[in-house]
Amino acid sequence: MEALILTVLLTSVPLIFAASGELIAERSGVLNLGVEGMMLMGAVSAFAASSIFGSPYVGILAGAVAGALTAAVFAVFALGLATNQVATGLALTIFGAGLSGLVGAPFVGGTIDGLPTLAIPLLVDIPVFGNLLFNHDIMVYLSIGFIVIIAWFLTQTRAGLVLRAVGNSHDSAHALGYQVLLVRFYAVSFGGMMAGLGGAYLPLVLTPHWSEGMTAGRGWIALALVVFASWLPSRILIGALLFGGITIMQLAGQARGWTIPPQLLSMLPYIATIVVLVIIARNREFARANSPACLGQIFIQNK
Amino acid sequence: MSQPSSLSDTHLRPLFEAVSITKKFGDFIANNDVSFTIHEGEIHALLGENGAGKSTFVKIVYGLLQPNNGKIFWNGNQVFIPGPQQARQLGIGMVFQHFSLFDALTVAENIQLAMPPGETIASLSVRISRLSAEYGIGVDPDARIHNLSVGEQQRVEIIRCLLQDPKLLIMDEPTSVLTPQETGQLFSVLRRFSENGLAILFISHKLDEIRALASHATILRRGENVGSVVIDGQTNRQLAEMMVGAKVKNISRQNAPEKSEVLFEVKKLCRPKDSIFSVALRDVSISANAGEIFGIAGIAGNGQDELMAALIGEWRGHDDGILIFDGMDISGKGPAERRVMGMGFVPEERNGHAAVPSMRLAENVLLTGHSLGNLVRYGLLDLFGMRAKANLIARSFDVRLPEGNPLASSLSGGNLQKFVVGREIVNVPRVLIVSQPTWGVDVGAAAFIREAMLNLAAKGSAVVMISQDLEELFTIAHRVAVLNDGILSSAEPTIDLTAEKVGLLMGGTHVSREERT
Amino acid sequence: MISMTPRKHIPLSRTLLTPVVSIVLTVIIGAMIFGLLDYNPLSALYEFFVAPISRPDQIGDLFVKACPLIITATGLVFCYRANIWNIGAEGQLIFGAIFSGGVALAFPDWPALILMPSMVLAGMIGGIFWAMIPALLKVRFNTNEILVSLMLTYVAALSIDWLVRGPWRDPMSFGFPLTKMYSDAALIHRIEVPFVGMLGQLHWGVVGALLFACVAAFLLSRTILGFQIKVMGDAPRAGRFAGFNPHVTTIGVMAIAGGAAGLAGMVEVSASMGQLQPNVSFGYGFTAIIVAFLARLNPLGVIFAGLIVALAELGGDNAQIVLGMPKVVTGVFKGILLFMLLAGETFNRYHIQWQRTGNKLNLKEK
Repeated sequence: MEALILTVLLTSVPLIFAASGELIAERSGVLNLGVEGMMLMGAVSAFAASSIFGSPYVGILAGAVAGALTAAVFAVFALGLATNQVATGLALTIFGAGLSGLVGAPFVGGTIDGLPTLAIPLLVDIPVFGNLLFNHDIMVYLSIGFIVIIAWFLTQTRAGLVLRAVGNSHDSAHALGYQVLLVRFYAVSFGGMMAGLGGAYLPLVLTPHWSEGMTAGRGWIALALVVFASWLPSRILIGALLFGGITIMQLAGQARGWTIPPQLLSMLPYIATIVVLVIIARNREFARANSPACLGQIFIQNK
Repeated sequence: MSQPSSLSDTHLRPLFEAVSITKKFGDFIANNDVSFTIHEGEIHALLGENGAGKSTFVKIVYGLLQPNNGKIFWNGNQVFIPGPQQARQLGIGMVFQHFSLFDALTVAENIQLAMPPGETIASLSVRISRLSAEYGIGVDPDARIHNLSVGEQQRVEIIRCLLQDPKLLIMDEPTSVLTPQETGQLFSVLRRFSENGLAILFISHKLDEIRALASHATILRRGENVGSVVIDGQTNRQLAEMMVGAKVKNISRQNAPEKSEVLFEVKKLCRPKDSIFSVALRDVSISANAGEIFGIAGIAGNGQDELMAALIGEWRGHDDGILIFDGMDISGKGPAERRVMGMGFVPEERNGHAAVPSMRLAENVLLTGHSLGNLVRYGLLDLFGMRAKANLIARSFDVRLPEGNPLASSLSGGNLQKFVVGREIVNVPRVLIVSQPTWGVDVGAAAFIREAMLNLAAKGSAVVMISQDLEELFTIAHRVAVLNDGILSSAEPTIDLTAEKVGLLMGGTHVSREERT
Repeated sequence: MISMTPRKHIPLSRTLLTPVVSIVLTVIIGAMIFGLLDYNPLSALYEFFVAPISRPDQIGDLFVKACPLIITATGLVFCYRANIWNIGAEGQLIFGAIFSGGVALAFPDWPALILMPSMVLAGMIGGIFWAMIPALLKVRFNTNEILVSLMLTYVAALSIDWLVRGPWRDPMSFGFPLTKMYSDAALIHRIEVPFVGMLGQLHWGVVGALLFACVAAFLLSRTILGFQIKVMGDAPRAGRFAGFNPHVTTIGVMAIAGGAAGLAGMVEVSASMGQLQPNVSFGYGFTAIIVAFLARLNPLGVIFAGLIVALAELGGDNAQIVLGMPKVVTGVFKGILLFMLLAGETFNRYHIQWQRTGNKLNLKEK
């Protein structure tokens, strides 16, 4: 049982990273559908860096940088040149999948040392929970830390207020003199960095090798998760555990000979997201508080 | 400059001075060699028609736009204003016509965004409450913007500016969303500020307001400064002449035509609010006779859009017998069916409502013509017929076209408006319903459009005209009713009406207390 | 900072030039990436764009590869013209394959004359069925069709995966996730070109695809239906003013796109596979989005755009065989091409000037 919960926790880590990054981008009003592409670039860079430098920690760094750079490509087009965000995001996913395959070709078949676990002294000895919560690799702690920081950033800081303002009405923010595109550029880059970290987690912890398209749709689930969480960081955590749990449930189910086809379980996150979309669309007052009103809208300076 | 500045006699050093500002957008010159001066405590009006370059100019003053040419001085020192933040640091504040508020955020958060960093929401909330008490502007710091009325939102904007302790306050058409009573309140607040030394630059095109509030005026026409004057030395007529550049004709009222058959009737139309920003219509009744122009006055945002959508048929209620055209119930019919029966519509917004800017003129003919005549046969478009109809409209309504079959977006506002009005009138509809038919068009085009509507009425059609422009209503309407907060007053012959009476109605004096609650 | 002012007139030459410039830039950037990764750029480009079409039969194969792209993209053009962002064509294509496959597998004894039209119909119904979910949710609840149609794509992929591994699996498939082979009547046949014979895999579905694109071009430019779609896309308020029903338009264009994608799925399986398998589509639904953009949302342009993108696909296959590149490398070209097209659109619509301003980020301001 404990092993099962641990697996759920680890499976949800890439989702937490990617979704909380995308949450920041979307809160600033940018819909970046390129999460899958950014995750793949993060994954391949993390693998390549740790196999070249022999340190998974360099891999983490490489994943973050690669993700942010990939997002910067998106930003150049979608923000700088005001291209359609949906199409640009798709282009990024297609491009990222292709480039990661090309870059990673020499690394196929290789393996790396995974991230070591870092037990937190004293806390790890707490019965039942200790091992479950305080005996993980650094990225697990990081992912939780990021959720807390993002929640604090959005509600308690001025920069967070500016970010929300830009996502709520870019025209008003511009009129007040805020650099809408620059704020969005930072948000998108941060989103890319987080997606890169989420991607990096796959080769660094979950499966210590590189293969083409190894994210296997996690980027899309992360996108779904942001909506499912109705743009609230705390709900990302819960949603990621739920979505991660579903993935594990099918594996466990298969082992125990459940009759439910695993594909039906895999559909659940997507179907749940559609249900949440309907709920949000029906309850406008609820949606208004957190959903960025300018999501996906193009902002053109000096128009 | 065609006229020497009459401000040169003052010995005070100007607070703000702009010299020879020029701003181009592509080939379009929005401001051409505009100079402007304002002193401490002065209330200065920037006067001009729509498209005269007023908004461009104040955006340059506020740092939102950068001029291609020209210099700016603040307290006698040349300054460069790269953005609003820098403008605010100098002491320039601005209240926008379309508010720059964030509707998902609270009042205090909105204000914090405009303040230099460092102050907490809590201490800001205290200051907001204090300032709003001091000047009698009631605003709750914790309210979310989307729950406030338009007037309240404007107060939030004003407080936001004033908390920054500006020396120069810019207001872009501050009264366009207010009732006459609210306007009065605003003016008395503004006067108190100016007595404390605040310079106020406000944009308007309403002469009476300018006279009531401002001491000086600068008049822009087609991007050029045609004069900076002391208002007391000028008559309204002189100001208007400078603004429009042509003699303003004196108005002669229309006599109501002989009582004739009722062509179009609205019986107690009710429409619930469909969003917090919309206005509910309550028991709106209209009865327009053949040969008559039935005017509906009112300040924008009092249900005009909702009423227009119901009259066009874009919105339809569930009840029968509400809209009657020539004795037939059309309540459940859509816009295309209503056109086939002999109605025509010209909504307020040209771009994207009455016309599709990205489409050619011939295609725009089809927008309201697809159900009429034979422009569409068996689902196929008659491209030649569409072109011919577009040319016919252009010829009969003096639409000046670039060569060929141009995009609607390439027409000027006045020409496009003549086109969308003409598109309906060439079909000689028995009932024509128009909203703000001359909004933002030049004087020549406005006169032409009004003439065309009078001619249509003279042929025995009924015209229902929603307008904000009292002058327009008095000029061509035979009877006028006033729409306020979704309630339409009873119609009275124009000949018996005074501007004061209509103004009071606009302010909602006909709405009794019981009805409002 | 960049300053953009909308152009009032967009000359036709610009409109036509954009895709050409985009393609040229894509090839140049692609070559640079190859160079950076130690491949010989020129030989890589040769294997990508020349080698795959150096024989007549390969031209036939090019059309075959383009076939599902052309059909799907033509349908998407209707959606995008109406400003409905259906990005779930992949899922609709899969459901077309499922429905038509269901008919083919259930009635293997029917003669081609009855079976083939039934499969076409079933394929279109399958795609429409899947497209109606986002369409109806949008009309009824105003949900975002982008996200719903995207989510449904994964549900569709999982559905066919379940079918071919579960209830529809051929018991004789030795455990492979495959259905029974279609009967001969359910297969789309190759074309015998007079005096030439077979041209690669060129089949009758390609003819259907070309016809479909032509019909679509006519519908869009010469009929009230096309006018309605364009008005609703350009100015929805003007569309309601004209008396067009936005809900009907939404459902209509989604049905067209879904039906087209479903048809593409049916054609692809019947012409190229002959049975259902977990992967009936190799991202055609997503690639078709690029095709639609490359065609500048013009159905006739879709034919050319489909061929060009298909060439990149074939090039990827070839580069894999000859140069040992991973197959996904095609994605590099497709991605860059889409980037370039989108950027080209911006350059088309706006005057772009670069200005220097001293404005600094306000977040950092003291």
